[in-house]
Amino acid sequence: MARRRRDINFNTPGSRVFDAVNVVFLIALGLATVVPFIFVIAGSFASEAEITARKFFLWPHHFTLGPYQFIFSTDTFVRSLLVTVGVTAVGTALQVFMTFLMAYPLSRRRLPGRRWLLNLVVFTMVFSGGMIPLFLVVRDLGLLNSYWALILPMAINPFYLIIVKNFFQEIPEELQEAARIDGASEMAVFWRIMLPLSKPILATFALFYAVGIWNDYMSPLLYISDSSKWTLQMFVRQVTVSTDVIQNLDPNYVPPEQGLKFAIIVVATLPILVFYPFLQKHFTKGMLIGSVKG
Amino acid sequence: MSTDTISEGAHANAGIALELERTEERKPTRTGPRRWAGVRRHFWLYVMLVPGIAYFAIFKYAPMYGITIAFQDYLPFLGYSGSPWVGLKHFHELFGGPDFFRILGNTLMLALLHAVFVFPAPIIVALLLNELRISWLKRAVQSSIYVPHFLSWTIVASLTYLLFGLTGPITAAASHVLGYTPDFLASQGWFRPLIVLQSIWKGTGWGTIIYLAALTGVDPNLYEAARIDGANRWQQMWNVTLPSIKSTVVVMAILMSGTLLDTGFEQIYLMTNSLNRNVADVFDTYVYFMGITQGAYSYSTAVGLFKSLVGIILIFGSNFLARRFGEAGLF
Repeated sequence: MARRRRDINFNTPGSRVFDAVNVVFLIALGLATVVPFIFVIAGSFASEAEITARKFFLWPHHFTLGPYQFIFSTDTFVRSLLVTVGVTAVGTALQVFMTFLMAYPLSRRRLPGRRWLLNLVVFTMVFSGGMIPLFLVVRDLGLLNSYWALILPMAINPFYLIIVKNFFQEIPEELQEAARIDGASEMAVFWRIMLPLSKPILATFALFYAVGIWNDYMSPLLYISDSSKWTLQMFVRQVTVSTDVIQNLDPNYVPPEQGLKFAIIVVATLPILVFYPFLQKHFTKGMLIGSVKG
Repeated sequence: MSTDTISEGAHANAGIALELERTEERKPTRTGPRRWAGVRRHFWLYVMLVPGIAYFAIFKYAPMYGITIAFQDYLPFLGYSGSPWVGLKHFHELFGGPDFFRILGNTLMLALLHAVFVFPAPIIVALLLNELRISWLKRAVQSSIYVPHFLSWTIVASLTYLLFGLTGPITAAASHVLGYTPDFLASQGWFRPLIVLQSIWKGTGWGTIIYLAALTGVDPNLYEAARIDGANRWQQMWNVTLPSIKSTVVVMAILMSGTLLDTGFEQIYLMTNSLNRNVADVFDTYVYFMGITQGAYSYSTAVGLFKSLVGIILIFGSNFLARRFGEAGLF
């Protein structure tokens, strides 16, 4: 409606030129984010000779599954893929459980000590011990080279915790009161009433956490030195990033074939791209949950 | 420490969360037996808090206690309590050392580039998207520019290496135009432009969401009033649209200022190599190299503490300035 009313001023020549430039610019911007990917996907199905000769293309002339067959035949890659899937699944479940379990009591306004706890949580958002002290804690717990090191230090994201707590607070307290009068325990209220009511936000934060673990590079870099326990991101880095530089320093170094790099990037990104429609929907919502209320 | 790749997005929420905490009404504190009756009544609620409290104690507050080693010569076999106290030795070493001004300069340079190029990008794109009246095209552009946000820095770095590497298509195109082959990845001059380009590519689309949300909140009557007053499109944007999203911009600027020295460990680390090290070293990666690679735990903790303190001063400082200039601020 508002748009249509504004249209009268949009018919001047200058305005039309702006529209045309704007459309071209935004299309270019959209392409700039997508084209590198199409290039990588195309390259992963192309032969080594074609990648070297054509430099850039969005569709291979000669299809080959060679790079994929190769990477899936290596133990190291398949293992890192399984490790990453496993850590992401277990980690996400634990993170969501811990976050929601803590958010519920904190959402109860009459809980003695609640304010105090909330302040302690909020404080961790502005100040932290830093990389080295956290590393020492993880080391002292004996978690170095353990997959738990990729999960436990990030078990609760304080930002998410506060948002979930605020969401719980929006649920009418009468619902909980009624269940309590019917004899339900606090745990039952949490499981049977609060969690079912928060399914959409639960999905949102499960995705937030899952993408966080899947993409995490810093934790495995800090805590996993045993290369047989590497995650996918470590593997990607090893294959695609480090070699070019070594090549500069040592001309005799033979880098992994280009096609392999392309294929590994595609596999490491596939879950993100497959789930992208859900991610977009839930992330946009999650991003705005807090701000709509504010 | 932001190991979490999504925290950029969550920062916006957190600001509002802080605000909510502040506005909640304070209940008079109960004392004595009544208070303990309350604790007993909520027994199971406290039980539910136990895992969470344990998490914050172990992985948030224990490392804060660990900061004490910045004032010690920490030796693992002596532990936190047994290691000798050395006062400000590590800070003297940092400020007097040969690395300090180079790293401070690199960090501030990247922060400045971030503030000038990366921060305004989503505002401009959001304004342009807002002017786009072909709705399917708007949706298509949005859907594609959000994608990079979900990719890890490892993937972004890999793409950069593939595209800008010596055999990459962009290097090929550049050598065609320039007449010589630029070595984007291994030269000091190209390090910062590449970092800025990566940040813009990854974050701009996602950053538009918060501004687009603010833009939908602008009262249409304001545009009508402006139009009746004879305002053209440019004037409408300048006088109606921009003032309407000003407070959002200020909040985002405050949040950004607190993270100015957080140059993004993963991004910088992945783009650092022995040839661009001189301009690439920033506080975050320096802490890693000194602490994890070289085992100088106390010294690197001191460096990290210095960085955190500057970050806190920045966020409170810019919040103060925002309030001073009549904006709401965060706290």
